[in-house]
Amino acid sequence: MSNHAKSIAVAGAVAAAFAAQMTVPAHAQAKEKCFGVSLAGKNDCAAGPGTTCAGTSTVDYQGNAWTLVDAGTCAEIELPEMADGSARQGALEALERDLPA
Amino acid sequence: MLDASTHAFDRLPNAVGVGYKPQHFRDILADPAPVEWLEIHAENYMGDGGRPLAQLRHLSERFAISVHGVGLSIGGEGPLDTEHLARLKHLVGWLNPASFSEHLAWSTHDSGFLNDLLPLPYTEATLARVAAHIDQVQDTVGRRMLLENPSTYLAFDESEMSEIEFLDDITRRTGCGLLLDVNNVFVSATNQNTDPVSYIEAFPIQKVGEIHLGGHDEDEDETGAPLLIDSHGREVVDPVWTLYAHTIARGGPRPTLIEWDNDVPDWQALAAEARRAADTLAPALV
Amino acid sequence: MSGHPVSQGAFTAALLSPDLPVPEGLSNPDGGPATKRFDVYRNNVIVSLTDALKTGFPVTLKLLGETFFTAMAGVYVRQHPPQSPLMMFYGAEMPGFLEGFEPVGKLGYLPDIARLELALREAYHAADAAPLDPAALQALDPEQLVASRPRLAPAVRVLRSRWPIHALWRFNMAEGAPKPQMASEDVLISRAEFDPEITRLAPGAAAFFESLAQDASLGDAVDAATAEATDFDLTTTLGIALSSGALTELRAP
Repeated sequence: MSNHAKSIAVAGAVAAAFAAQMTVPAHAQAKEKCFGVSLAGKNDCAAGPGTTCAGTSTVDYQGNAWTLVDAGTCAEIELPEMADGSARQGALEALERDLPA
Repeated sequence: MLDASTHAFDRLPNAVGVGYKPQHFRDILADPAPVEWLEIHAENYMGDGGRPLAQLRHLSERFAISVHGVGLSIGGEGPLDTEHLARLKHLVGWLNPASFSEHLAWSTHDSGFLNDLLPLPYTEATLARVAAHIDQVQDTVGRRMLLENPSTYLAFDESEMSEIEFLDDITRRTGCGLLLDVNNVFVSATNQNTDPVSYIEAFPIQKVGEIHLGGHDEDEDETGAPLLIDSHGREVVDPVWTLYAHTIARGGPRPTLIEWDNDVPDWQALAAEARRAADTLAPALV
Repeated sequence: MSGHPVSQGAFTAALLSPDLPVPEGLSNPDGGPATKRFDVYRNNVIVSLTDALKTGFPVTLKLLGETFFTAMAGVYVRQHPPQSPLMMFYGAEMPGFLEGFEPVGKLGYLPDIARLELALREAYHAADAAPLDPAALQALDPEQLVASRPRLAPAVRVLRSRWPIHALWRFNMAEGAPKPQMASEDVLISRAEFDPEITRLAPGAAAFFESLAQDASLGDAVDAATAEATDFDLTTTLGIALSSGALTELRAP
């Protein structure tokens, strides 16, 4: 594609994208200026952990010798093997020995 | 975008505040009573932007804000983290909070930040180190800070003085004020088998710029002795309310904070705790 | 008094290693050596950091389950304690840790899920930026447009994966989302206001955004995208960029 043809193509795409922006009520502009709770609360986790100046009363610090319990959703997910053979279904490895702490 | 604010909240009011949690943002704006000021943890507002800073900027237009650091590791054996100090200076600079406080504790060692307020032996060596660190903080941030008495679970055999002697000496060396956590007094006294009322009686109350109240959990050690955990996960217990009333009766009213950091309740429950503190404070205000 | 001094190094070592004895010089109120009282500190450190990881990696947590994740976190926090007091960014080494953590070896997608979760957090706390007004692009003639260099907003992240990371994320976070099918997926993370959004990108679009991140001109970014995917769709990609606040300002050519 010549530089001129590319310029015309890019300009056309910009015009089309611009038109699409106009027809959809841009939710970013229309929605409430919400400092409060995130939309539908679903992205709250993105805030990540906060700090604490409190202690905790559950005694659970050992955790370097454990038996695996496979209870997560990965057990429900099966991804077929890829051409390079790297993908398998989502089972965790049972591990019943001490892990390096 | 974050210009220096010029609001009138240059000091905490002699009223009740709460530890701010983002889930209470709308309730606080709609119906804050009896809460008149808010405390934030400095470290949670050291990102570059987004909702946390937008909320804080908005709240700071209506409420006096206390910045409470949990990560400076003022009692650390190593030097203070100058990057962290710079972040603190930046936050205090744009927010211009009514108060800044930190803990008598350490939390950082060579291996990293341990995310807990770890205890210190009360020795001359610790005293010199903590005083030097507080000088550095106050010089950097450009204001006087308050230092909070810790919750402790054990004792150091090497300690040479009482916690109160230690804190009092720190205030004289550095000019800093004190944050008196009444729940911490009760937790530490129970854990050290000492008398919390005597502690309050001996505390340099005229240097107290803020009081903390919070809930704790009850356990016992391997000998069956009581072991209280400063969990901030429930209501303040009656003996701590009594100790608080005693503190106010002795020293007069002080800005008082309800801390509730774990299993955070809805705003109504938190406001009810604040109401109880406000009711205790009221007679001292007339 | 001159009791046995306890260095913070010894204190820290015993905190992180439950097999080590409690340092000498720490006592119960009756004068006996502290044991359970020291465990309170051990517990505070490990549980608070484990909780921080659970908060920061909710999809990884769901994939692995509470019990497994908690046990794994006990290993992680000892290998990678936070290097700063900003807990909101704790866990940056998680993708690499997962790549080397034998028990999850068969879950090849897991490191990329952790990368996605880290990128979401970075985006949440990134600096604010005013989104580019599409009219600013409209105002340019075609030659200026091709030479213009739109700047990406500070919150923007692009992730490429050989795994269906978008579908995996949705399966765990969105009500009724379908089970993931095997596919390579690229995603754009952007933040129009306060909530990071994840958008699946069509072929070529990742290269387009990566080029812009390197200060490329719009024309060069299109070339990079087309080199990867001859059917690269600029209109759709620009639509995503404009509506998600991914572009912030035009720099002079």
